Amino acid sequence: MSDAILKIKRQDSPSSRPYWEEFKVPVGPKANVISLLLEIQKNPVNAQGKPTTPVIWDCNCLEEVCGACTMVINGTARQACAALVDTLSKPIVLQPLTKFPLVRDLMVDRQKMFENLKKIKAWIPIDGTYYMGPGPKVAPGVQDERYLISCCMTCGCCMEACPYVNPKSNYMGPTCMAQVKLFNAHPTGAMYKDERLDAIAGDGGIADCGNAQNCERVCPKEIPLVSIIAELNRETAFRGFNRWLKGKPKGPGLAAPG
Amino acid sequence: MKFIVVGGGLAGLMATIKIAEKGEIVDLISFVPVKRSHSVCAQGGINGAVNTKGEGDSPWNHFDDTLLGGDYLANQPPVLGMCEAAPGIIYLMDRMGVPFTRTPEGNLDFRRFGGTLVHRTAFSGSTTGQQLLYALDEQVRYWETQGKVNKYEDWDYLSAVVDDDGVCRGCVAQDMKTMEIRSFQGDAVILCNGGLGAVYGKTTNSIINTGSPTSSAYQQGVYYANPEMIQIHPTCIGGEDKLRLISEGVRGDGGRLWTYKDGKPWFFMEEWYPAYGNLVSRDVASRGIFKVCRELGLGLDGQDSVYLDVTHLEPEWIEKRQHGVLEIYRKFAGEEPTKVPMKIFPAMHYSMGGMWVDYNQMTNIPGLFAAGECEYQYHGANRLGANSLISCLYAGTVAGDKVMEYCKSLKKTSSDVSSKVFDAEMAKQKAGMDKIFKFNGPENPYVLKDEMNEYMSTYAGVVRTTKQLQDTDKKLLELMQRYKKLGVYDTGGWSNRTAIFIRHLWNMFELARGIVGGALLRKESRGAHYMPEYPNRDDENWMKTTKAKWTPSGPQFSLEDVDISLVKPRVRRYDVTKDQVIKESAEKEAATSKEGAK
Repeated sequence: MSDAILKIKRQDSPSSRPYWEEFKVPVGPKANVISLLLEIQKNPVNAQGKPTTPVIWDCNCLEEVCGACTMVINGTARQACAALVDTLSKPIVLQPLTKFPLVRDLMVDRQKMFENLKKIKAWIPIDGTYYMGPGPKVAPGVQDERYLISCCMTCGCCMEACPYVNPKSNYMGPTCMAQVKLFNAHPTGAMYKDERLDAIAGDGGIADCGNAQNCERVCPKEIPLVSIIAELNRETAFRGFNRWLKGKPKGPGLAAPG
Repeated sequence: MKFIVVGGGLAGLMATIKIAEKGEIVDLISFVPVKRSHSVCAQGGINGAVNTKGEGDSPWNHFDDTLLGGDYLANQPPVLGMCEAAPGIIYLMDRMGVPFTRTPEGNLDFRRFGGTLVHRTAFSGSTTGQQLLYALDEQVRYWETQGKVNKYEDWDYLSAVVDDDGVCRGCVAQDMKTMEIRSFQGDAVILCNGGLGAVYGKTTNSIINTGSPTSSAYQQGVYYANPEMIQIHPTCIGGEDKLRLISEGVRGDGGRLWTYKDGKPWFFMEEWYPAYGNLVSRDVASRGIFKVCRELGLGLDGQDSVYLDVTHLEPEWIEKRQHGVLEIYRKFAGEEPTKVPMKIFPAMHYSMGGMWVDYNQMTNIPGLFAAGECEYQYHGANRLGANSLISCLYAGTVAGDKVMEYCKSLKKTSSDVSSKVFDAEMAKQKAGMDKIFKFNGPENPYVLKDEMNEYMSTYAGVVRTTKQLQDTDKKLLELMQRYKKLGVYDTGGWSNRTAIFIRHLWNMFELARGIVGGALLRKESRGAHYMPEYPNRDDENWMKTTKAKWTPSGPQFSLEDVDISLVKPRVRRYDVTKDQVIKESAEKEAATSKEGAK
């Protein structure tokens, strides 16, 4: 068993000053960044041999499906569980995501992504949970396309990589744009397509994307964010033009489920 | 009326939706943002006898398979309720937009799963749990915008508020950022806190599954039912931090288990169980793999592993159906599973046991309900694959409806209860936290957990012996003594996860003692509980629910009869079909009556 050096950017609370701390941690076979952090919990002593507090970070599933353990590892946002130690250059440098409010050490608060989902009405409106038979038929091709987007775990990698997500902008980010497509591609969701397009036509919407294309490169689920955003760009433009021609649509709008 | 749901996995979100849609308000308390709950880890699918493949499947057949798979330890009426509701629940999820895998005609597709001979499992690639959870998360988000749901995410449930009449009137929880402890008022509380994998350590469970609310309820007087029934999933891959699941759906899609014998591939499950082959129930498959590796010494390279092989399947086809799982294998094992067979071994996966509930999902504390993996109701001694998702959704549905009925029958609501009752419970929990902050001994909480995990994984798993279980209980008692010498390492008043973990650690010890105690009590082999000392199922003495009642000196057990009013228990065999078993037993009966007539 060899040792790995970890350099971790730490911060005790949102208002305190950040500092760096180094750890020397034994590396087991098939170790990932999580297993190193677990080792620190068991022996919270830094590389200088000084006792310290265990490092705080977020993690749940440890198999890259919950999105919790996203952090900046050697400069790139990714999930710590899927970061195998053997494949990382040393020392391993860990930092919290920078596009979200810091909680403590490597833990951040990603609520704003969930809030954005409210703005784009990211749900299929249903009449209620009582028995109404199966849903609409869906072509296998459409299902495949939706499934890929539906694997988005709201991890925040695309937000971290996107230069247009920053404190001066309200941009909801690539993940949110992809969700518009997810719901608009569903036969029931499509009934309220225009409302979602309108939601991303305004402030914080699709026009804020400057096409840097970083998002797709860092997406752990390989969602084709660039082409999705391009498609939505066309659709919002078309929608805007139509609106101008026809005036505002009448009708109840995106009704409540239930 | 006001309601509290604890936990934002499938059961919790379903219960929340049911209550919100009736126009009532829910406080939803979750240890993590609900979208990151452990339900995301479910892979293979959700069972419901929709019978679209001309196999003559029916809810009754699903019910019968579930009972048999659980070795007849489940009360039968609620299981029938679940199986009858299952097709409708799958359709509901379909209407919510879950991207279920489709047939060429655009209908839902179904795959095979363990313990059954038909295609009964709807699936969304190999991330079905994730997809179902997201659909419910979206519906709950809608209800949030309507002011019906207040989420408290990153909050830790500490205890129920129980008044002088013994009725639950709310709960106490802690904000894990600010560390604030406060009480919540609710006319009913539904615990949907999931499983307890962390008691075993390296398992397929998420690291957050400590079972802490289950343990807290148990320590407040809720029975812990069938604690010894712990499922060990046959096909998992190793890791330093956890053991990762390779879905049973892989075998449902044609994956085969084998090892080398006399230099040639040996498909041991197919040889032992010609009727069900690789798709026997999980306890049987895990014991099969244990037998190959530990008894016969035929594990790969003499190690604890056998092959799970999909290399004979058309790569593009299997990739489409199992992408999520194959990616996990690629990322964490570093090999290409469509070219080289996967190496797997069993790992702890699920708890069939849990909080005792009645048919309305209510525990023995009035007003305190439970739904999902945290309760014991649907799986008996062993859960069939793809029955967990349906049981969570069904139990959530039942709980969501039944809390409403319960509250209507109340003479006094939680707002009529004196604030002193709430303050007292809050003060008790605050005192507990203060005590933890004063821990300054030499013991490390994470090390203590590791030691518990080692014992539980080794001795309270696939094969159990009295001696080893006794040793494990002794070890647990030793750890509970050492707990008193813990150091907290971190005395910060902000997002102090170490202090919170220490609270969970004690709660895990209590659950572990329940598991070991139940295993020591049950002198038979049934479902996941296998003791070579008592190799057979003993219906006469042990077709009973074990109910642990918490006492300061350890669990006190009582036995409860199982409701077998619907189906007569049969011998459990997977080497022949069910029809054959029934035929053979009828012939045997006829022969004995003939003998008698002579």
